[in-house]
Amino acid sequence: MINQQPLPARTARPPASPSNRAPCRRRAIGVSGRAVSLLLRPLPSIGHGHFASASAGARKVYVPVKGDHVIGIVTGKVGDVFRLDVGGSEQASLSYLAFEGATKRNRPNVQVGDLIYGQFLVANKDMEPEMVCIDSSGRASGMGVIGQDGFLFKVSLGLIRKLLAPKCEIIQELSQLYPFELVLGMNGRIWVKAKTIQQTLILVNILEACEYMTAEQRKQALAKLSGN
Amino acid sequence: MKETPLSNCERRFLLRAIQERKRLDGRQCYDYRNVRISFGPEYGCCVVELGKTRVLGQVSCELVPPKPNRATEGILFCNLELSPMAAPGFEPGRQSELLVKVNRLIERCLRNSKCIDTESLCVVAGEKVWQIRVDLHLLNHDGNIIDAASIAGIVALCHFRRPDVSVQGKEVTVYSPEERDPVPLSIHHMPICVSFAFFQQGTYLLVDPNEREERVMDGLLVIAMNKHREICTIQSSGGIMLLKDQVLRCSKITAVKVAEITELIQKALENDQKVRKEGGKFGFAESIPNQKITAFKMDSAAVDTSNVEEQAEEIITKADPPSEVFAKPILHTPGTAQIGEGIENAWGDLEESEREEAAEEEGESSATAFECQRTETEDTSMMSEAKDEPIVLSDSEEEEVVILEPQEEPKKTRPQTNLKQENTSKKAFNKKRRKKRASR
Repeated sequence: MINQQPLPARTARPPASPSNRAPCRRRAIGVSGRAVSLLLRPLPSIGHGHFASASAGARKVYVPVKGDHVIGIVTGKVGDVFRLDVGGSEQASLSYLAFEGATKRNRPNVQVGDLIYGQFLVANKDMEPEMVCIDSSGRASGMGVIGQDGFLFKVSLGLIRKLLAPKCEIIQELSQLYPFELVLGMNGRIWVKAKTIQQTLILVNILEACEYMTAEQRKQALAKLSGN
Repeated sequence: MKETPLSNCERRFLLRAIQERKRLDGRQCYDYRNVRISFGPEYGCCVVELGKTRVLGQVSCELVPPKPNRATEGILFCNLELSPMAAPGFEPGRQSELLVKVNRLIERCLRNSKCIDTESLCVVAGEKVWQIRVDLHLLNHDGNIIDAASIAGIVALCHFRRPDVSVQGKEVTVYSPEERDPVPLSIHHMPICVSFAFFQQGTYLLVDPNEREERVMDGLLVIAMNKHREICTIQSSGGIMLLKDQVLRCSKITAVKVAEITELIQKALENDQKVRKEGGKFGFAESIPNQKITAFKMDSAAVDTSNVEEQAEEIITKADPPSEVFAKPILHTPGTAQIGEGIENAWGDLEESEREEAAEEEGESSATAFECQRTETEDTSMMSEAKDEPIVLSDSEEEEVVILEPQEEPKKTRPQTNLKQENTSKKAFNKKRRKKRASR
C-alpha cells in the first residue's frame, strides 16, 4: 500500500498522527496518512564524514548534522535570530525569516520556551549550527512551531533511529491503541500528544521503555493496555 | 555545560498532570520512589538510590585538637558535593545556590540534631578528639537530592566503625583494625529529611518530587524527623505561604515515611552485618545489581489505564445509536457507490480549518478502539481503490463520492460516517499530492 511514486525531497513531520481516524491535517505542516509517513522520513545521516556513526545509538549527546530534523527549545531572541537549544554543545540559531510565509512585517509567533521542529542548514565543527523551518522549495512541510499541548521527553539517539526506520513495528502497534501525534527529533527528543493526559503518560512510558524491551515484552504490554 | 531549558509545553503538561493528580512515573501524590541501600567493602561507605537519584556517602575519622569552646566534644563535619556527572548543569568549581542550600540543610539535619554522641568521641579532653567527616557525593540527579543525601549520611554514620583507642595517663594508643575490632559510633537517633513540593500556591502537594517536578514547583518544604516523631529540622523555601494545617499534615506524612525508611535502613544494616560476620562476600560488587545494557530493569509502576476503558464505555453508551434510516446506495459502477452527499468542504483558511479539525477530531474520538481497527482495515482497502479509480475523483474540491467496499454491508453507518470523513481527507490529500506532482 505504499505509494511507490517518488516524491521530491519534501520531508513531512515523521510519523505524525498515525491515527487511524484523524483526518489528514490540512495545514501545510504535516500529513497523517500512514502511507506517507512511511515514505517521508529523514534517513539516518550516516555518510556525512563525522562522528555520527552507527555505534552512536546508545549515546544521548547529539552532534548536529546538516539536514537532520530536530526539536529545539527556544532559549532567547537576539535581534532577528532565535537561539535554540538542540541538546548539542552549542546553541543553534534560527532566523525569523526561515519560516514559511514569514516576511519582515509578518513575523512568526515564537516565544521563549516554545518547541520548534526544524532542520539544520549549517552544521559543522567550525561554526555555530543554523536551523531553518522551511525546505529548499520554501515550504514548511511539517516544520515550525510545535503546538502547545503534549509532552516532550528525551530518549537515546539509537531509539529515534529505530523509530524512524521504515515499517517501524513500535509505531504501528502504538497506533492501534489510540490516536496520537508524534514528532521525533534526531537529537533524541520526542514530542507526544494524545487526547488525555493519562494516554500521553502511557505513551511516554512505553516509548521510554521500548529502548530495552524485546518485541514480545512490548506486545505483551500493549496487549495488556488495549485489553484493559 | 548549560542546563537544558524547560520548555513551556513541558511546564504546562506537568502542571496539568498534577492538577489531575497524575505523576510522570505513575506514583501517587504521597508515594516515595524505591529506596535502595548498598554498602561498600569499607565501613562507612554506602550508596543510596532514591529512584534514579544516587548519592554516595563515605565517613572517615581523624584525631584532631578540639574546638576551644567545646573541649570535650568531638567534631562532626558534613560535606555534600554535586558531581558534574550528576547533571549537565553542575560544574566542578561553581558554588551554586543549590549547593549551599543543600549543604546547610544536611548540616543542620545531622549536626544540630545531635544524632551522634559527640561526647563519646573525646579521647583526651582539650587535646585530642575524633573528627568525623561525612562526605556525600551526588552521582545522579533525578530530583530530591536532600532526602537521598540525608539518608546516605545517616546510613553511612550508622555503618561506620572507628578505630578503638585506649588512654593510659597521657599515652594514647590507637589500635589498628587488625589489633582490635573497630568500634561503631554511638548514634542517638536517625534524622531523615522528607521533601514536599508545592504547586499552584500550595494547592497541590507532592512528596519526593522528580527532577521535572522540581523545576515547575512553587515551593519546597523539608521536614527532618526521626522515628520517635521528633522534628529535627524544618525548612520552607520558595516563598509560598503555607497554612498551619498544611504543615501539620505534612508532618504527619513525614512521620509515616520516616518510620518506613528507618525500618528499611535497619534491615539493610542488619543484612550487611550478617554477611560480614558469616564471612560472605560483601561490598558494591555484590549489592549493586549487574547493570548490563541487555539487562535493564525498570521499576514497574502500575499506570492506571482502567479509566480509559471506563471513559470509552461511557462515551459509547452516551453516544447516539446509529440511525436505522439510510438512503439507498446508488451504484455508479461495480465497486463504486454513493450514499448521500459528501460533507461540507472545509479547505478554507488555515486557522479555520485547524479549529474545525479539532472539532472533528473531538467528534471522532467518540468511537472506540475496536472501531478504530475496523476503520483501519477499511482504510487500507480504500486507499488502494482510490488509486485504482482516478475516474471517480473529480478536480473540484467538493467531495461527493464515497468509495465503499463492495462486500461491506451498508448497515454500519457509524463507521461509515467516519469513513466518509476519512475518505474526504484522504482524497483531498491524494489530490493535493497529485497537484503537487503535477506542479513539479
